[in-house]
Amino acid sequence: MSQSQTLPLKRHQDENPRDDDSSDIKPSRLKISLPSEDSDKKILIKRVKDVEICVPIVYGTIAFFLGRKASESQSHKWTVYVRGASNEDLSAVVKRVVFQLHPSFNNPTRVVESPPFEISECGWGEFEIAITLFFHSDACEKQLDLYHHLKLYPEDESGPQNTKRPVVIESYNEVVFPEPSEAFLARVQNHPAVVVPRLPDGLNLPSPVPVEPMNDKERGDTKDHPLNHWFLNFSEADELLKLAAARQQVQAHIVKLRRQLTLMEGLPQSKQPSG
Amino acid sequence: MDAKDILGLHKNSFPSSLDNKKSRPPKESQRKPDGISREVYALTGGMPPLMPSIDASQLKKKPPTHEKVTWQWLPFTNSARKDDLHLYHWVSHNVRVVNGVLPTGDYSFAKYNKSVDIIKYTDEEYEKYLTDPMWTKEETNELFDLCERFDLRFVVIADRFPSSRTVEELKDRYYSVLRAILLARAASSGDIATHPIIKEPYNVSQEMERKRALSMVLSQTRQQEKRDEEVLIEAKRIAELRMASKVTEQSQLAVASNADAELTERAVPGETVSPSNVQLPQMVVPSADNASTLASLRMLRVYLRTYALEQMVQASNATAGVRTIKRVEQTLQDLGVNLKPRVPTKAVCAEHLELRREILTWLNLQKQVQYKEAEGSSFRDGSYGETPGTPKDRTFIPDSLNFGGERVGKKDQKRKGHGAPPTAAHKRPRKQKASDL
Repeated sequence: MSQSQTLPLKRHQDENPRDDDSSDIKPSRLKISLPSEDSDKKILIKRVKDVEICVPIVYGTIAFFLGRKASESQSHKWTVYVRGASNEDLSAVVKRVVFQLHPSFNNPTRVVESPPFEISECGWGEFEIAITLFFHSDACEKQLDLYHHLKLYPEDESGPQNTKRPVVIESYNEVVFPEPSEAFLARVQNHPAVVVPRLPDGLNLPSPVPVEPMNDKERGDTKDHPLNHWFLNFSEADELLKLAAARQQVQAHIVKLRRQLTLMEGLPQSKQPSG
Repeated sequence: MDAKDILGLHKNSFPSSLDNKKSRPPKESQRKPDGISREVYALTGGMPPLMPSIDASQLKKKPPTHEKVTWQWLPFTNSARKDDLHLYHWVSHNVRVVNGVLPTGDYSFAKYNKSVDIIKYTDEEYEKYLTDPMWTKEETNELFDLCERFDLRFVVIADRFPSSRTVEELKDRYYSVLRAILLARAASSGDIATHPIIKEPYNVSQEMERKRALSMVLSQTRQQEKRDEEVLIEAKRIAELRMASKVTEQSQLAVASNADAELTERAVPGETVSPSNVQLPQMVVPSADNASTLASLRMLRVYLRTYALEQMVQASNATAGVRTIKRVEQTLQDLGVNLKPRVPTKAVCAEHLELRREILTWLNLQKQVQYKEAEGSSFRDGSYGETPGTPKDRTFIPDSLNFGGERVGKKDQKRKGHGAPPTAAHKRPRKQKASDL
């Protein structure tokens, strides 16, 4: 049977996969896997198990009403972008971003090879933009698709639109690499855009090989981006607080009900009808 | 006299009943359409069908008898024939016939005489483009002649061909000749680019391979089929074992702490072991679900945090019904929590998932309490006042079950009124009662 996915071979385990009960409980740190595309080259990529790195990103649109300069076909000027959640440079992880716009645009497939990963356009209509992230080869061969609905008109339609106040819609998400390759991990373990957990002791990473810089500009971060004062803040603290409070409430209800159940358990037995 | 009276009465009643009977059928027959029986009409719902049904009474009638049909014995020719054959046939008088003159139009079947346009090459063209070491000119000519005669039915052509050539060889020769001629005759390559043979030339080796493979599949003996199936099943099992080994590893890591607890409890006498055993499968089942989801997530080289959360939520919802899931979501909303976290970090997603699980537990407990309640009521048979402890519980329950527990309130009212277990909505209490009695 041919497997199109990678074939994991654990270093310390037997050939026979059925030998699970006798296998050691401590899993081996490193795993060798064969990439599907290089079957003829047979390059072995060493991956680091149990280390999950993630890249928090924010993607969305900012749309300005053009006011006096607006025409029938171009009423708004908008920008669609992908940025690091803390405005760090994503180009260490992301090789290129492809924005698929509405077919009514010229060349609707826009490829951005270097940060900032964004497209600015003028238009009149709202539509769904498909954003595809392509990563560096040591990170991941597969692409990741995101979808975002471009909004031009504000929620409350009170009064005429303000050219100074744009409609900002942003979504927070995290790109997770569950088993990064040694090379990738070595390269980004100290990068501000990447969240790396505490690495296990005894992990020997190779010396990092930098990827060819595609930026013609010096910086790829968005800390000084012209639109950055419109960027939204995403803090997990609020959400965590709410979730913790909710959990407490639910746990209290559970305790109450459990108590009731034990109380009720005593009663019916004494009430059992005879015969 | 009495008898007469009786008879008279009877007679009266009989005729009246007869009248009734007589009056009824005509009424009925007025209502039902004739042609189909009453029962069949009732099947359609007593309403006339939307589509006009076949009028059955028509079926029994004789076909309309037209005036006498006369026939004429007339000659005809067939344009499909190359010779000048005159044949005769009967022509009915329905078709317009002027005495003796043939009906207008060709022999009606002549239009079906279709044939394939086989290309014709000149000798010159043959010398220039079509020579082939494997084929002589005579053979090629013979082939094309047969193609014309048999409309490119290669199986027949192969049979008729003087020297023994396979169907593939003949096809190959025909199509290569056709292709060469078309290319040679075309003014520019663009003109014929859309011609099927130019776009996809005949590939002899591929065809032979395809036919060989097809015949192999067709001629596979049952034993071979069984063996193939066995191999596939074995392969599937190995793949699943590989996944399972990942899963057991995962669940080993996840349940490692529980395993420790179990070990210590083994030292304690028997009773405590059973609750822990009971607990463990309950723990393992949900973690197995999650473990397999986690394993499948790890198989992806990259994924979004929101996708991972969705998968985990689905896995935990797998055992719950649609209504329960809706209740969970309602509860989340009531608690002021987003159904999809706004900032889906690892910690937030973990908390969200745990919250969902806890809500499920809570809802299950609610159900259990309701169940127990119903149990209690079926014993009591409507007399409430005697039970000392329950009123307290009764007041408890509506309070805590306010979250989506309106049904409980209604249940209470029903029971107070009739003393019978609630009807439609809750089947369980009824079942309970039957089994107890």
